[in-house]
Amino acid sequence: MAISGTVWKYGDNVDTDVIIPARYLNLSTPEELAQHCMEDLDAGFVAKVKAGDIIVGGENFGCGSSREHAPLAIKGAGVACVVARSFARIFYRNAINIGLPILECPQVVDETESGDRLTIDLRAGTIVNERTGRTYHVAPLPEFIMGIVQSGGLVPYTIKRLQGKIG
Amino acid sequence: MGHTLAEKIIAAHVLNGREEVWPGDLVEVSVDLVMANDITAPIAIREFEKLGVRRVFDPEKVVLVADHFVPNKDIKSAEQCAQMRRFAQEMGIPNYFDVGRMGIEHVLLPEQGLVAPGDLVVGADSHTCTYGALGAFATGMGSTDIAVAMATGQVWLRVPETLRVVYCGELRPWVGGKDLILYTIGVIGVDGARYMALEFVGPVVDALSMDGRFTMANMAIEAGGKAGLFVCDQVTRAYLNGRVRRPYREHQPDPDAHYARVLEIDVSAIEPQVAFPHLPERTCPVSQVGEVRIDQAVIGSCTNGRLEDLRVAATILRGRRVHPDVRCIVIPGSQAVYLEALREGLIETFIEAGAAVSTPTCGPCLGGHMGILAAGERAVSTTNRNFRGRMGHVDSEVYLAGPAVAAASAVAGRIISPDAL
Repeated sequence: MAISGTVWKYGDNVDTDVIIPARYLNLSTPEELAQHCMEDLDAGFVAKVKAGDIIVGGENFGCGSSREHAPLAIKGAGVACVVARSFARIFYRNAINIGLPILECPQVVDETESGDRLTIDLRAGTIVNERTGRTYHVAPLPEFIMGIVQSGGLVPYTIKRLQGKIG
Repeated sequence: MGHTLAEKIIAAHVLNGREEVWPGDLVEVSVDLVMANDITAPIAIREFEKLGVRRVFDPEKVVLVADHFVPNKDIKSAEQCAQMRRFAQEMGIPNYFDVGRMGIEHVLLPEQGLVAPGDLVVGADSHTCTYGALGAFATGMGSTDIAVAMATGQVWLRVPETLRVVYCGELRPWVGGKDLILYTIGVIGVDGARYMALEFVGPVVDALSMDGRFTMANMAIEAGGKAGLFVCDQVTRAYLNGRVRRPYREHQPDPDAHYARVLEIDVSAIEPQVAFPHLPERTCPVSQVGEVRIDQAVIGSCTNGRLEDLRVAATILRGRRVHPDVRCIVIPGSQAVYLEALREGLIETFIEAGAAVSTPTCGPCLGGHMGILAAGERAVSTTNRNFRGRMGHVDSEVYLAGPAVAAASAVAGRIISPDAL
């Protein structure tokens, strides 16, 4: 599963209120939510972002609310992957559960700028910065979590489990 | 080696009967209670329907609360509530709480006796960690996790490491649970307990009321925590008496448990705390705040909307007037809190002081309704988050504080200590 896109870089503690402000929590589809993605942090984001692009964040990305609307908005906006120094735990679960790939890789964050192009191979666990030519290796997801990702998210994973296809 | 409180509760819920769990283990556990609200339930219901199951795993163990955008603030919110109401009816869920019978979920569930010590609770709301005050392992998750939990009664967890915080010393006047937790977040930072459980212990918390403990556990998430736990004691048991009518199990952390970190805090020097925009870790003693004029004071929420909080606010507002430039909004956390506050004369005190009193709702805390800020406006608020744009316009500001500072500031028109009134 190869991803290649332009980087949109933000700082530490990007919270769920700026990813999708609560005034839009009366919406629930990815398409509707995507229209307001990152609105209170980078008002022009939705107009600029292209399908396949990559968000790069600092520490504690996605902190705050449990709203799944946040990764849904990011995925709905066409973002293919989020790379950060670290993720808040509920955001981490939510992203895995809805099938939005996320990677923790501090070195990439330190050496990447907005506008760079990254190519990510999730299976191989590699990230290449096309501007600098550097390749980074990411710690693989735990096997259990990889099972959820490979099923396409928690719902398809649970359906398989309920049907007895997974132990 | 022994185990922390979080490890013991998780171990008691692990499927396939493992006796011990250790930090870092990925485990599947059974849950005692699953909760969602009017903004997280719609997505959970959509995902639940995709699973192809017809019933929730146990209607008695699913709780649905209409609290965020209620009484319905607009047509879309009304539709979300209607969807949740239909689901509750179809699934035969008795613990569905609607306007007039509801409360802010994390005030309501303990009050209704739905959470007991030793329980494992998951909720589609980040402040689900509030129930840690009762000695339960309670944590917030997203809607898809909750959909699966409603269907199967199970979730997966990574067993967290534990950060133990020991509070010693003597509390100063007007210092309560909110000040202790804000101070703690100021020390460890908004990611100081990321992926971890917090364990709050020591003589100061032993002497703290249940309301104060709920406030502290509530904000564990503001340090990135997965849970914020208290050990069940006589204060807990007194609260549970007459509320919880089923057997429950009290767990104690082992004396030789391994902690990721032990932090000792002497509270004797701690003043009432104020967290500046736009992070809860930007704390400051109230005497050092400087000149911060305010347009609004909010007293309420799942953090500070309980009876003790309203009593503190009323003590300060009694016989005083809200500053002419300030809108003071008081929101009791539940119908029961509202009624008791009414009986004690607190509501009369608020209205005589020139405050607005609202039916229970999360409302302004997350910028939903009932007190949205305009560009450039500032609020002091007893809520839990002061992120950019949290209470309204992206150029508005929220200062977090306890009910004493919020009430005093409402009178003064600027952030001050009650001692300075």
